[in-house]
Amino acid sequence: MAEFRLPANSRIGKGKTFPAPDGAKNTRVFRIYRWNPDDENNPRIDSYEVDLDSCGPMVLDAVIKIKNEIDPTLTFRRSCREGICGSCAMNIDGTNTLACIKPIAEISGDVKINPLPHLPVVKDIVPDMSHFYAQYATIKPWIRTQSTAPPDRERLQSKEDREKLDGLYECILCACCSTSCPSYWWNGDRYLGPAVLLQAYRWLADSRDEATGERLDDLEDPFRLYRCHTIMNCTRTCPKGLNPAKAIAEVKKMLMARRGI
Amino acid sequence: MSMVNPLAKARGHGSAKEGVHHWYAQRASAVLLIFLTGWLIYAFITLAGMEYPAAREFMSQPLNAAFSVVLLVTMFYHAVLGLQVVIEDYVHRPAVEVLLYFITRAGALIGVALGIIHVLKLALGA
Repeated sequence: MAEFRLPANSRIGKGKTFPAPDGAKNTRVFRIYRWNPDDENNPRIDSYEVDLDSCGPMVLDAVIKIKNEIDPTLTFRRSCREGICGSCAMNIDGTNTLACIKPIAEISGDVKINPLPHLPVVKDIVPDMSHFYAQYATIKPWIRTQSTAPPDRERLQSKEDREKLDGLYECILCACCSTSCPSYWWNGDRYLGPAVLLQAYRWLADSRDEATGERLDDLEDPFRLYRCHTIMNCTRTCPKGLNPAKAIAEVKKMLMARRGI
Repeated sequence: MSMVNPLAKARGHGSAKEGVHHWYAQRASAVLLIFLTGWLIYAFITLAGMEYPAAREFMSQPLNAAFSVVLLVTMFYHAVLGLQVVIEDYVHRPAVEVLLYFITRAGALIGVALGIIHVLKLALGA
């Protein structure tokens, strides 16, 4: 059911404020969602005043600085710090994006940081991605063939066919798009969401794959695929500049093409 | 805490292997409605300020009566398809869901039947 109010134990209370160190001139307030599963308290928003003169340019730099210098209890995922691992996906200034490639300078006013929307929270800004990854596994994201592989070389692909995977293979499964999608919020238990559907199309579009029919069979479902109502939040939010909405439209076109008008 | 494997949960009951027809029918009926609404606007402009007998005369022309019937059927069909999506999106209590399906479908059937009867009454002069 669409939810218009958070459950009582999820309502956000007032948190602590950590002022800037003395003498800091160029400061910025970071308002970060905090929740600890080990106590009984509701979530809260803590405010950290960060001295930007001694901080890197990206939001992730500030978050790491807060953990190192201000509050070591702050919990978040990060790894590559260059937008290729997808770990630091979070909701920054109202938009899902990767903290490591989001410049602080692009945000006006306080920097508000929340976990990715509508996923269960493990702690602070760490969401539970188990269902998302399981959905990815359901599309069998690997090459499926009936023919045997050539004994002396790879399965070849023309340059033109390889180009069809551009804009698809770059997806890093950070879940920014899926968790920005209202359809995924209300029906994420069954709707696969834009990230997984883009990945599904990545295999449908691969000239070397021989399981297109089975893949389409698995996707043809009122909930798995057709919960997409072309809202386009996915394309707007993708930190890699990809277009999941177009990939979903291509899947719908393929399903039409195989049945005839 | 659920002990069901996340993959089992994600795979659920498998694919329903349908949905293309609904999706296509919704779009096809929408395109049809664009043309039919054009006729409706033409009918409204023609009928504006007309006396009742003249209006009946207009509606008794076979093409106008036919357009009215096709418009009624397409409109209610399109509405039922659209409302079904809204219910699937937002209503997750099975009993309420079934009840709403019934109400929207029964309502549409009655609407179509009533509409057609009225068109026929006008057109055939009963």
